[in-house]
Amino acid sequence: MRFLLVEDNEQLARAILDRLSIEGHVVDHAPCLEEATAFKDTTSYDLILLDIMLPDGDGRTFLEQHRRKADATPVIVLTARSEVSDRVGVLDLGADDYITKPFDFSELQARCRAVLRRRGGAARNQLTLGDVLFDSLAGTLSVSGKTVHLRNRELRLFEVLAGAPEQIFSKSKLVDRLFSYDDDVSENAIEVYVGRLRRHLAGTRAQIVTVRGLGYRLSVS
Amino acid sequence: MTAAINKRGSILRQLTLLLLAGAAILAVILFFVVQGFARQLAEESQDNILNASVTAILDTAAVQQGELTLDLPYSAFSMLGNLSDDRVFYAVYSDDTFLTGYDDLPQIGTPPPERPLFQTVPYQGEDIRLISAARRLVSNGRLVTLTATVAQTRNGQIATLNRISQNAAALGLGFFLLTALMAYLAARSAIGPLQRLAASVSRRGPQDLRPVAAPVPAEMVPLVGSLNNFMDRLKTSLSRSEDFIAEAAHRIRTPLATVRTHAENTLHRVERDENRASLREMIRAIDDSSRAAGQLLDHAMVTFRTDHLEEEEIDLSALARDMVHRLGPLADLRDIAMICDAPEPVLINGDPILLQNALRNLLDNAIKYSPTEGGIEVTVSTLDGQAIVMVCDSGAGFPAGDIADLTKRFARGSNVDGIVGSGLGLTIVDEVTRAHNGTLSITNTPKGAGGCVTLALPLPF
Repeated sequence: MRFLLVEDNEQLARAILDRLSIEGHVVDHAPCLEEATAFKDTTSYDLILLDIMLPDGDGRTFLEQHRRKADATPVIVLTARSEVSDRVGVLDLGADDYITKPFDFSELQARCRAVLRRRGGAARNQLTLGDVLFDSLAGTLSVSGKTVHLRNRELRLFEVLAGAPEQIFSKSKLVDRLFSYDDDVSENAIEVYVGRLRRHLAGTRAQIVTVRGLGYRLSVS
Repeated sequence: MTAAINKRGSILRQLTLLLLAGAAILAVILFFVVQGFARQLAEESQDNILNASVTAILDTAAVQQGELTLDLPYSAFSMLGNLSDDRVFYAVYSDDTFLTGYDDLPQIGTPPPERPLFQTVPYQGEDIRLISAARRLVSNGRLVTLTATVAQTRNGQIATLNRISQNAAALGLGFFLLTALMAYLAARSAIGPLQRLAASVSRRGPQDLRPVAAPVPAEMVPLVGSLNNFMDRLKTSLSRSEDFIAEAAHRIRTPLATVRTHAENTLHRVERDENRASLREMIRAIDDSSRAAGQLLDHAMVTFRTDHLEEEEIDLSALARDMVHRLGPLADLRDIAMICDAPEPVLINGDPILLQNALRNLLDNAIKYSPTEGGIEVTVSTLDGQAIVMVCDSGAGFPAGDIADLTKRFARGSNVDGIVGSGLGLTIVDEVTRAHNGTLSITNTPKGAGGCVTLALPLPF
């Protein structure tokens, strides 16, 4: 997916860019409103991440202009101000959602997914793995016309594995992707979700293979 | 929070007392002036009659064939009788020889001719007013001084004086009462503008810090000037503290976000278990501090706003649905099903930002303490004139012994080790509830599967 990140803090912007690239997204970074407007006028984005306090103005002004132009690109506001004072305005001005800094990336992902799902997902969110059609936005696996809805953790696990078929993911990495850092979970907790996915994928050409001592990989025959 | 006011004296009382004292002094002076004037008038009229009487007596004195004759005229005494029932005395001397009358009547020396002498002297146990006049005649070639003295008791005069004194006292009292009333009214009207100012200031809403614009008397201009100045400074400092809270949040959260994102990114790259474990610890510590910072700032904002409650009509059901929708993705991350049962609009008067914050804290807690794939139910209803918002989770519930202490600042349940929290969430909820005159109750579901937090807020009439 293509993101536009409007954020003036250089270090934070780099960290977010880094992370979104790890996830396989393409991101343009605008450190001020002027550049953001220039980017937006030339490129079409799937989602805009917008900071509120910017050197050349208020992100809310940008939001207003954006909505006045009847641009349907969804906007998630990144706010660092107090939860109490700031949030009300941005939703009224047409933001699709907002997230308070510092944020958990899985929360940002979840919010992006929810926003995009509300907006009606694009076809590029679908992935074909052998005879399995995976729609990450809808959270569904379809095999020969039969569709299964994945639960959130099943979905996220499958997303990781399907993002790089044949690559081995260690249990501890998968735990980090699935559970929040406050959760005290053992690596074996991942087996529950692997087990569920295996049941959904039973009889298809996409299979989750255990690599003894190393982890799991998705294999498409 | 209002400090006891150090009160001393009262302008109304002081002014009234001062004016009353003035009125009393004036009344007493009035009394004495009237009495003195009356006394003088009464004395003068008695003296005039006495003078006429003595003149009449002396006028009848004549020398006939060398003999001094005196014919006491009846009129000389009858005119005195007109005055009152007072007794009349007289004595006539030729030089020092007693001629007629009361020989024991006191004499007051020899008056010069044509200039009678007056005196008040005691006689027969009473005060008498006495006049003595002289006339010179030539008898047998010799100059004879004829001295006539007429006196009268003063009972009538004293009675008259008493009557006048009584009237004067009544007049004085009347004057006093009238001036007292006027003094009170004057004092009241003098402090009237003060009372109107006080009323107009205390009638204001908490957010109304506009300067006083109503006209005030010149004497109050300095007071109103300082009041306006003070309100202006208060307004500045209030908006500054609001800005400060927002700015502080910004300064703290942005670097924390940077550190957290970097740490998470690194975690995805490193392979060694020890490094991964320490990065996880790092992220947990960041979450800990950012949550604490966030809630401290939220708490500061809540405290600030509860002092300046901005009430408007809010639909609690819509608010709850909104918040459930908003926190849906968070619950989803842990596969927690969050249900909102708020079919009817429930309207109350309250501060929307505070109530949102309270509800968000409750839902945050519920999500945090619920097990994976658990359930959370939010219900909004009305019961006995109260709006009820109930949040029930399927977590471990609240430890029975802790329930009373959970709303204290930084207090946390004894069964939540290993879950990031600041202990301010329920404090915030409690403060918001109390600011809206509501009650907060914490219970466990009967089956022991999960805890319930209930807010009861008064419905408007």
